Amino acid sequence: MQNVWGIAAFVTAVKILLIPTYHSTDFEVHRNWLAVTNSLPLSKWYYEATSEWTLDYPPFFAWFEFLLSHIAKYVDPQIVVIKNLNYASHATVLFQRFSVIITDFVYIYAVKEFCEKCLRPVKRSPEGDVFSNSVLSLAVLMIGNFGLLIVDHIHFQYNGFLFGILMLSVVRIYEGRNLEAALLFATLLNFKHIFLYVAPAYFVYLLRSHCFQNAKDGSILWTSFSPLRLFKLGTVVFMVCGMSFGPFIAMGQLPQVISRLFPFKRGLCHAYWAPNFWALYNVVDKAAHITGTKLNLFPSTNSSQSAVMTGGLVQEFNHAVLPSVKPIATLVATGLSIVPALFLLWRGCYGPKSFVRCLTLCAFGSFMFGWHVHEKAILLIIIPMSLLALEKKRDGQLFLFLATTGHFSLFPLLFTIAETPIKIILMLVYTIFAFTSLGEIFGLPRRGLCLPLLSIPESLYILGLIPVQLYCSVGHSLLRLDEKLPFIPLMLTSAYCALGVTYSWLRFYWLTWKDICVEKSKKRE
Amino acid sequence: MMSSLLDGHLTKIVLVVLVATVVRWCVSLNSHSGQGKPPMFGDYEAQRHWMEITVNLPPKEWYFNSSANDLQYWGLDYPPLTAYHSWLCGMIAKFINPEWVALYSSRGVDNPTHKLFMRSTVLVADFLVFFPAVFAYFLYTDKIKFDKDRTIAILCCFLYPGIILIDHGHFQYNGISLGLTVLAVVFLSTDHDLLGSMAFSLALNYKQMELYHAMPFFCYLMGKCLTAEKENWFFKLAKIGIVVISTFFLCWLPFLTSAESALQVLHRLFPFARGLYEDKVSNFWCTLSLVVKLRQMMSREDLVVLCGGTTLAALLPSSINLLRNPTIDRFKLALVNSSMVFFLFSFQVHEKSILIAAIPVCLLLHERPFPCFWFLLISTFSMFPLLVMDGLVVATIATGLLYFTIATSNLDFGPYTSYFPGNRISVPQERNDVRLLIATMFWLSLLGSVVLAVASLTLTPPKKLPDLFPVLISAYSCCHFVLFTLYFHWWQFTCSSSETMSKHRVSARNEKKKRT
Repeated sequence: MQNVWGIAAFVTAVKILLIPTYHSTDFEVHRNWLAVTNSLPLSKWYYEATSEWTLDYPPFFAWFEFLLSHIAKYVDPQIVVIKNLNYASHATVLFQRFSVIITDFVYIYAVKEFCEKCLRPVKRSPEGDVFSNSVLSLAVLMIGNFGLLIVDHIHFQYNGFLFGILMLSVVRIYEGRNLEAALLFATLLNFKHIFLYVAPAYFVYLLRSHCFQNAKDGSILWTSFSPLRLFKLGTVVFMVCGMSFGPFIAMGQLPQVISRLFPFKRGLCHAYWAPNFWALYNVVDKAAHITGTKLNLFPSTNSSQSAVMTGGLVQEFNHAVLPSVKPIATLVATGLSIVPALFLLWRGCYGPKSFVRCLTLCAFGSFMFGWHVHEKAILLIIIPMSLLALEKKRDGQLFLFLATTGHFSLFPLLFTIAETPIKIILMLVYTIFAFTSLGEIFGLPRRGLCLPLLSIPESLYILGLIPVQLYCSVGHSLLRLDEKLPFIPLMLTSAYCALGVTYSWLRFYWLTWKDICVEKSKKRE
Repeated sequence: MMSSLLDGHLTKIVLVVLVATVVRWCVSLNSHSGQGKPPMFGDYEAQRHWMEITVNLPPKEWYFNSSANDLQYWGLDYPPLTAYHSWLCGMIAKFINPEWVALYSSRGVDNPTHKLFMRSTVLVADFLVFFPAVFAYFLYTDKIKFDKDRTIAILCCFLYPGIILIDHGHFQYNGISLGLTVLAVVFLSTDHDLLGSMAFSLALNYKQMELYHAMPFFCYLMGKCLTAEKENWFFKLAKIGIVVISTFFLCWLPFLTSAESALQVLHRLFPFARGLYEDKVSNFWCTLSLVVKLRQMMSREDLVVLCGGTTLAALLPSSINLLRNPTIDRFKLALVNSSMVFFLFSFQVHEKSILIAAIPVCLLLHERPFPCFWFLLISTFSMFPLLVMDGLVVATIATGLLYFTIATSNLDFGPYTSYFPGNRISVPQERNDVRLLIATMFWLSLLGSVVLAVASLTLTPPKKLPDLFPVLISAYSCCHFVLFTLYFHWWQFTCSSSETMSKHRVSARNEKKKRT
């Protein structure tokens, strides 16, 4: 594969191969939204509740489904009938799968733009294959991202297209076209509001670098503030949001829409704990509870309740030993974890790369401490981080560590037997490629058992994923614990990955801080 | 060679195997031949039925019609090795779930778990036979200079869509018989003639279709014996003969209890009672039937004689050429030529049989990428009607796109490089009119295939001609195949007797050096 389009064609072929694989309830969610937007007037979109999978994405996404539905009805008129719950004819599957594959080209285009215009690799040479050429390697790492492949093309979602808009807006920031970047990001927010998590980075960066100017030593020039630019930015964002929410405000439906978008009825953690701080918190609680019960420190009434924590139900529950966590607490924790990143960006804004770092840190913070975080949200960290992976060795090294851990934590998403070989092999292909390619590009000799670029403890941690997976898929049932302690494999995966993600988060913070120190001293000289 | 593989290329080889595996597994999630089509189902049920028969009956009853073994319902009609393989798989199936191979009651068994089991047996067969054979071939071939090219050659061979779609989609075990043949080629090219003859005898005993390759093996070994310098020719021939006969003897042992039993097996293997060709095949007879209705003009016996005669006559040029110049390069080309002649002219040809020619072409892909790649694409296309029937359209598109991308961007098309956009493997050479013409024909031929494929999927044929598109596709492919057969013959005839030639060149060069 000698160019980005070749890589895109290769990955697209793999996506087409994945069409007959299992799809989750999200498939029906999106089918239902096609039906809702096609058969009902705008005023009823956010009230319709025939299916349990009600519309809970912002209006632009609804419009997107509306557009798709007008093609869908020619493919199979039954797709757009609301009452056809769980309808999945062959034509429906093909239509929905191909809609993901085709809209992914937004992402592919954005990656191509980034690789060709924004990447400043260690050595820029047109020569070399996908392993040794930075541009091609990054294109493979991003377009062929394992997480996107299994979440979008097996599990079924439209993340590729949404990340495409995000990446395109990052490219515009690299190009200095800040207004366009703001426009794209505002649009993205109105497609899927989970991107609100990274909005602070946009806000601070655009305010700092679009409305203010830098002094020669890189510090802020307060006098350079331009109200006109701020006004323009504000207008762009408000216009987009007005287009999206305006009709619903006019119809007086805003509270209903908002209540659909932010369902705080759900629990602290998803059925399968995303590998974040709260997963560790839960594990500590559980461990304390078990030891406590053994030592007869508490009455045993709580035990039945805490045993169902990972039973697959999305619900609120109380911790047995540690204090229970309220949504507001997670909000505060998330805020606190993001503030230093924003502060660093404000103090040391050295161009788009600082912005990407802050973006990643915001995603990290919300993933670590957010309320009801999905394991899929790890992609919001991995994808922006891969933008940095090819430029500096330390970033590349952390990317390898986090991507491997994070992708592994997605494994429980696919649990059917037929898909197990696929997820394991695709993960291996991606990981082996990433390690080999970055190893070649940064030109490091391999040392003993260490993986390329990683230190000994890091290598041991990554290799430790293999026994964890072996235990979860084989060992646990061999020990005949699957009836007594059914939650152990999920808990083990989640806790093990949480350690890695937490380490990556702290290290990334430290690297960012060091980066700014280095840049500052450079500017002073 | 091994050490250089272990250095940096091991990881890339691992990647190649992983990609080849995941592609096969994804294809196997699609439907198989005859899925949900009672009462006869398809090849999938045939293979499962053989497991049922071999597990439950003693070997001497396998090939005989009886109350327990209704030969009308997918009776065993492959040679003994297939039967043993079925028995082995059947025993594993019985261990997992006896209902899968219960006599009578298991007919048409088809549930997701059973499908997973059947699909994984094919994958295991690939791991045990096809993959190692291809690896060995590319490790020992002297045509590849760099490890990187070796990796690409292996990848292209593993990702050839034809065999993936037929074995893992439609459901067959071609990987075993073709893998054994590749192994035989490896043995012959490393001068292990006895092992080579044994490997090919095993291939023949797995699938009688391997007879398509028998003539080149015979001619090459015969020619080699006759021109042997160190050894008495008769001695060498006798050794090979003994190896072949004893391999056959061992494979057939359970059926040699009586002449009747052995003849019954033979009778099952060569059912001349069937038609001239199955469905629509892109061979000569099927295409000729558009103009001349041979089947109405001649009796079946006459047709058999006609086919046999034509095949033998067409087989002669490449065989005689090989017999007179038994070099390994000519031998590989003769494998292609002989199987193409059988495919085009013999009696009772299946569309799947093109694989027997396609795998030897896969082995030549790195030598002349352009024509081989073209042939391999058309060979996959020629099976399109069958793949449509099996519900494998999406898998065909995916594997085709995958193969096309990998090949066009990684193969060294030499003088044709500039006609492949995005290919930067070798320096683009000056365009000239002949090359431009050929490259244009290539792209037009591909365009034609795509148009035909799309038309067959979207348009409804007129009522008078319900088979319009399958017939058009086979005629279109047949024209290609005839030209390709001529081309490969020409290649074989103009092939330098490489070993002696290269030795001459080396010595000539050395002399030049000495002089200067």
